[in-house]
Amino acid sequence: MSKKTYIQAITDALRLELGSDEKTLIFGEDVGKNGGVFRATDGLQAEFGEDRVFDTPLAESGIGGLSIGLALEGFRPIPEIQFLGFIFETLDSIAGQMSRERFRTGGTRHMPITIRSPYGGGTHTPEMHADSLEGYLAQIPGLRVVTPSNPYDAKGLLISSIRNNDPVFFLENLKLYRSMKADIPDEAYTVPLDKANVVREGTDITLIAYSAQVNQSLKVAEKLEKEGISVEVVDLRTLSPLDEETILKSVEKTGRAVAIQEAQRQAGIAANVASLIAEKGALYLSAPVGRVSAPDTVYPFGLAEDDWLPAEDEIEAKTREILNY
Amino acid sequence: MDNEKPIVDFSAIRDALGKDFKPVQVMDGQANVVNEAIVSKYSNDQLVDFLKLMIWERTLHQRSNALTRQGRLGFYAPTEGQEASEMGSNSAMKSTDVLMPAYRDIPQLIQHGLPVYKAFLWSRGHVLGNEYPEDLHAMPPQIIIGAQYIQAAGVALGIKKNGTEDKVAYSYTGDGGTSQGDFYEGMNFAGAFQAPAVFIVQNNGYAISVPRRKQTAARTLAQKAVAAGIPSVQVDGMDFLAVHEVTKAAREYAAAGNGPVMIETLTYRFGPHTNAGDDPKRYRTKAEEQPWFDNDPLIRYRKYLTDQGVWSEDIENDYVDQVKADIKAAVKQADEAPKQKMTEFLGNVFEEQPQNIQQQITEYQAKESK
Ligand SMILES: Cc1ncc(C[n+]2csc(CCOP(=O)(O)OP(=O)(O)O)c2C)c(N)n1
Repeated sequence: MSKKTYIQAITDALRLELGSDEKTLIFGEDVGKNGGVFRATDGLQAEFGEDRVFDTPLAESGIGGLSIGLALEGFRPIPEIQFLGFIFETLDSIAGQMSRERFRTGGTRHMPITIRSPYGGGTHTPEMHADSLEGYLAQIPGLRVVTPSNPYDAKGLLISSIRNNDPVFFLENLKLYRSMKADIPDEAYTVPLDKANVVREGTDITLIAYSAQVNQSLKVAEKLEKEGISVEVVDLRTLSPLDEETILKSVEKTGRAVAIQEAQRQAGIAANVASLIAEKGALYLSAPVGRVSAPDTVYPFGLAEDDWLPAEDEIEAKTREILNY
Repeated sequence: MDNEKPIVDFSAIRDALGKDFKPVQVMDGQANVVNEAIVSKYSNDQLVDFLKLMIWERTLHQRSNALTRQGRLGFYAPTEGQEASEMGSNSAMKSTDVLMPAYRDIPQLIQHGLPVYKAFLWSRGHVLGNEYPEDLHAMPPQIIIGAQYIQAAGVALGIKKNGTEDKVAYSYTGDGGTSQGDFYEGMNFAGAFQAPAVFIVQNNGYAISVPRRKQTAARTLAQKAVAAGIPSVQVDGMDFLAVHEVTKAAREYAAAGNGPVMIETLTYRFGPHTNAGDDPKRYRTKAEEQPWFDNDPLIRYRKYLTDQGVWSEDIENDYVDQVKADIKAAVKQADEAPKQKMTEFLGNVFEEQPQNIQQQITEYQAKESK
């Protein structure tokens, strides 16, 4: 056991997987000598050599296509896209190609690719550096979208993703990188994909969140506990495909739900959660499903980020509204 | 047979690639004039103005650096070392030309007409920094590497279709940017449409930590234009007059309807990639940096003009004080910008508000009136 930050947990997972499977490869912009712009791959090139951990030319479309080709040659690529806002250059490789390969080859080829990318707001980055694009990614069949909310999950989910034979988009929250520490095992362990996690049990209402919003939701739950309100918090962990069972089971127990996301409101993950509950859990409900999100604008400029991102008090207000419905 | 000659000698072809590109120079690092004809075209006053442009950029850089450290700027990409490349090229363009800049091209944007306080607001993350008057022919700095190149091709085609005379689109990217598909597509489109674009590659040695030699096996970046069928040139990017003259010639060629041009400037980024945690010590050595520092673009022109008796330390100090005072006033103006409102953001998503946006405007109006 050691106390590790979220980003150290990620480095840990990468080091262990590089060490245990020589077919794993890390590549991307600045991941080599520099250890990545956030230092997620720090020291890995020195330890495993330039053959296993290498810088690519500055071209995301190239990074995507390279991953597909390497997978066809039996490697397990772990490419890094420096910021999620830069995936548009590589979406053909991701949405148009790698996520369809198993399907279009009748199950005869697989794409064991784990694309890592930081995202999420609140650190005052320039344009295109913080955007929450997980909603776009979640509509791609054949692609898993995974995002951890704490260091323990970061390590275990990343190892599961790397070992999985299908493409995974692994989203790392920028604000969480260094803002929390936790005791995690030093050895390799896995956290299952496609499974949501009940991070806090409760009986009155379910808050369904992911990534940084899980921690905000937990704070709201603690606050309401002092008033005798029992809040259950579900961490989605895998955003696509959704773990319907865990969500529905929780709503069956509490009868009320709020879905929370940092992204814009329209067509996002929270909308998926709400529609799932409406479709399969309507009879459990004693109130409509609440939603907390950012507004439907383009991602705002740095100075306005704090007003734009859903804040703890917005989660609290929505939770109370649904409780008092 | 083993020693039979192959039908094509690929090694020889590879070794010859890009050999024709020799950097254009007007004045060398020791202030020796290597192209007298160019220097004598200019009066001492004009040469002093050119030096002032570089000193202005250096001063802006130093103040911006200090302001970021004080937390009074947000995102900042240092420009020290690139003054000849940036000011030399930009000063050859006209204010009616359309500039498609990247994040390191703030000095060019300001010289093209962007008020300094707006540049600071852009850095801080305020939309007012992006509200450009109609007669400022430029877009806000591009963050997505390469995107500005294809857009410049589009602007250039628009200029051609509109039949506008004596006008070009020009754009900058770095050495790293030349790896993006958009870079090739931009040049290829502009070439195919014979559109008036000037593409400038500022080869400052690094894309964050990745050195130019790992970016491509091409001997020069200038040769990348060959495949698009457009002329290109490599120029000493620490040599103001060389960059200026080459860009001026490129502009005239493109504006005359001959199609696009590409210019590679050989320069160096003295500092970190940005002020947000990049540490060049991780990927560069002092031994590599020093010759470039000695080749500072300000040194040769300062020396030349001092030798001519038209420049001195006192003149320079007075000028720097004046620039600093302007920058101070700009910071004050930026400080006075009103707070950004979510209702205004929502109002700017579409020209006509659909109902979801209308609802959200109402919600945020309630919050903002509290
Ligand atoms: C599409 C895209 N990918 C990655 C980045 C991250 N990034 C910002 S600057 C940079 C290096 C750019 O190097 P270069 O083109 O040489 O220009 P320089 O910054 O040296 O002027 C990278 C990788 C980005 N902004 N956009």
